[in-house]
Amino acid sequence: MEKDASLSNKADEFLQVFRKGEEFTKDLLKENEKLRFRIAQLGESLQRSGDETRTKLYEDRIRLMEDELHSLRERFRQVEEENKDFASKYIEVEEENNNLANLYVASYQLHSTLDFSEVLRIVLEIIINLIGAEKFAILLIDDKTNELIPVSTEGMAVSEAPRVKIGDGLIGTVAREGESFFADDMTGAGVTGINPLAPIVCIPLKIKEHVIGVLSIYKLLMQKERFNNVDYELFNLLAGHAATAIFSSRLYTQSERKLTTIQSFLDLLKEKPRK
Amino acid sequence: MPNILVVEDSPTMRQLISFAIKRIPSSHVIEATDGVDALKKLSSEKIDLILADINMPVMDGLKLVSLVRGNPAYKDIPIIIVTTEGAEEDRKRALSIGANAYLPKPIQTQQLLKLVSTFLPA
Repeated sequence: MEKDASLSNKADEFLQVFRKGEEFTKDLLKENEKLRFRIAQLGESLQRSGDETRTKLYEDRIRLMEDELHSLRERFRQVEEENKDFASKYIEVEEENNNLANLYVASYQLHSTLDFSEVLRIVLEIIINLIGAEKFAILLIDDKTNELIPVSTEGMAVSEAPRVKIGDGLIGTVAREGESFFADDMTGAGVTGINPLAPIVCIPLKIKEHVIGVLSIYKLLMQKERFNNVDYELFNLLAGHAATAIFSSRLYTQSERKLTTIQSFLDLLKEKPRK
Repeated sequence: MPNILVVEDSPTMRQLISFAIKRIPSSHVIEATDGVDALKKLSSEKIDLILADINMPVMDGLKLVSLVRGNPAYKDIPIIIVTTEGAEEDRKRALSIGANAYLPKPIQTQQLLKLVSTFLPA
């Protein structure tokens, strides 16, 4: 009987120990579960904070690239403007270059000879081909009569061109004042016919301030509608260079003629004693 | 190297046109003073393009165009007329006898160079 009771006590003790073990194991499992949950929470939060950092980094980069794009666009616009500017300057320089070439050729030709009639021919060529005049006259001052005498014409006979006293009318005034005249209407002469005393352009031929003659233009070529910058430059060139070329060639021709006369006279004198 | 024949009686215009054309890379200018002189140059040189005035002594530009077009050896050479004659009937007449282009004076250098370039071999 006592044996049975001690056996039953031992079984109860074992059962209690077993139950305690069971409870402890359950507690451990619960604790384990809590820890796993906590680890999972920590992992998630860590990942979230990593994504945010990366997003911030990308946003910063995008902002930088947008700024760069903006500055590149601005630079592109500036370069485009500079390019347009260079293109228009190139055209201007090219035009200037062409004009200079015209002026160079004109002055080169004007001073290429000392023959008076050749110089007059070159002046005519320049006025016809480079300026585009159809009817005009070159008048030179005769110091003895104080008159402008036509020496060369184009599109009209020399006899059609006027002889003008210095100071008389438009042509005479240009010769006296030494100032160029340009009519407002360049086409008028073609319709109403030519008035030799009313040119559309009158340019004094001057050596410094001394006027030696005038260039009187009555009509332009039909395709020449207006004067451009190079035409005014050519008129300036003609006013000075043509005057010098005409004056020096006339002097040279006169001196050549005188020299020939004197030479003939000397030859005649040398021959006399022999007779 | 394209050879360009400039036929012009005015030395000023000859020099001016030659001056402008020399700006075309590797071009070579040959000058003639009238139609007869131009025909002589055509027989002695290989010409790629002719620039001719109309009003010239000895032989004018229109006669030169007719003779060039009538000669099988030269008939394909492009001809540009450069003249003071600005009337439409003058232009039509020159083109009808075989000129390829018509440029009235006074010439604009850029316009001349552009026109010349269109007729030169590429």
